Amino acid sequence: MAYNKPLPVPQGESDVYWQKAKQGELWLRNCKSCGNAYFYPRDISPCCFSKDTDWIQASGKATLFTYGIVQRAPHPGFVDDVPFVTAVVELEEGPKMATNIVIEDPTPENLQIGMALEVVFEDITDELALPKFKPA
Amino acid sequence: MTDLRKTVAIVGVDESDEIGKVPDKSNLTHHAEAAYNALEDAGMSMKDVNGLFTAGTSTLNLAEYLGIEPSFTDTTAVGGSSFIIHIAHAMAAINAGYCDVALVTHGEAGRSRRSRPGGDAADPGSQFETPYGFLGAPINYAMAARRYMHEYGEDKTRQAMAEVAVATRKWAQLNPKAYMKDDMSFDDYHNSRWISWPFHLLDCCLVTDAGGAYVITSAERARDAKKKPVWVLGAAESHDHNLISQMPDLTRTVAKNTGPLALERSGVTHDDIDLAMIYDSFTYTVLATLESLGFCGPGEAPDFVANQRTAPGGDFAMNTSGGGLSYTHSGMYGMFLVLEAVRQLRGECGDRQLDDPKLCLINGTGGSLSSTGTTVLAVD
Repeated sequence: MAYNKPLPVPQGESDVYWQKAKQGELWLRNCKSCGNAYFYPRDISPCCFSKDTDWIQASGKATLFTYGIVQRAPHPGFVDDVPFVTAVVELEEGPKMATNIVIEDPTPENLQIGMALEVVFEDITDELALPKFKPA
Repeated sequence: MTDLRKTVAIVGVDESDEIGKVPDKSNLTHHAEAAYNALEDAGMSMKDVNGLFTAGTSTLNLAEYLGIEPSFTDTTAVGGSSFIIHIAHAMAAINAGYCDVALVTHGEAGRSRRSRPGGDAADPGSQFETPYGFLGAPINYAMAARRYMHEYGEDKTRQAMAEVAVATRKWAQLNPKAYMKDDMSFDDYHNSRWISWPFHLLDCCLVTDAGGAYVITSAERARDAKKKPVWVLGAAESHDHNLISQMPDLTRTVAKNTGPLALERSGVTHDDIDLAMIYDSFTYTVLATLESLGFCGPGEAPDFVANQRTAPGGDFAMNTSGGGLSYTHSGMYGMFLVLEAVRQLRGECGDRQLDDPKLCLINGTGGSLSSTGTTVLAVD
């Protein structure tokens, strides 16, 4: 069946993020003024409001910061997925990002806050892949 | 800072003609009906209005629809808290002399609307949250509640969420305008279906069709109004994120700043407050807000609301209308906090009327626990 969930529309300052994701890599913007990576990508850093920024490749390691187990699909594209896990993960580099946890049996017992995760990429169109996380 | 206490007052409030399930009325119909009714409550007409405030639609759209040409216009839209924040903005505008009769309206056919607003594809949320199913408040707020459970204990958080749901329903049973008035037991709460774990259905606010409006004016004009003025003592507003994944602390809202600041500007303390109107989009929102406002410390809300303390007859009066959980919640509920606060302070609440309340604290929360507006209202 065709993929019918909402699709991200890459913008100028996030093209690199989405291009790298399609290659199976997670890249972050990094503020060279303070040395901290940040999410989501934007040209001027939110920590220092500095233009002295670049891109770094993330390790793909993260821990589970919080989550919910969605029982009622919020959109027709998710009807076949429920129950599914929405989550905020803390990347090894520091920033937090929204994602899904890819897990066979999504129960509170199987989802411990602080558990180790690693990035996986789900191809959703010919151009786009979504970074998701699974138990490491 | 300039002392603005009692320089403006709310002199008219009301809902739209019907609220709850109202097929065939648009958002703007609810705006207009509520405006009509609130102006009547104030003893004023649309001709008196020269300041216009709303959220959810532009005042451009609204003023044309209402047929007015305001000299002060404000579409501050930061979620359901916007209508609390508009009180402060009207206070500033009236004190600056930019307008003297401000009309603030809300209307949302949350249940029956025939169109759904779409997000801007270029927004960060459209790229970095919605593809993962971060769609709608129940999903986003559930993740915040899960984090709170992790920090302070799952069982006691669960019990506190149940306490709030059950106590709020008891208030709704005393409000003729409330949408949900059936008895709710603790078992009903615990047995209600999952929406997004850890939220049961009965952790979530209603989705209704409703409008509301209030009229706020200068002290001078307020003294001539039809009913006794409900004075604005002080207010504060803030926001610290938009996307739930970027919230600095999922257990603390910016009410941690706006609560103490609004109280300080009002010259009162927590102990002086007779009624707390706390935006209850979800049961969890109340817990995080009570703590953030400083009514209790971090992690202490479960003890604070225990044993039906916020129910009718309890010693902490809160959400006496029945709240967003059981009275009405059209989408941006903040407006309705103001209506109840004013009616309680005027003594118009019938079976649910508190005993001569003098001070009410209102706290609106908007977005994904993103923004807050805190205001203190008073009567002489």
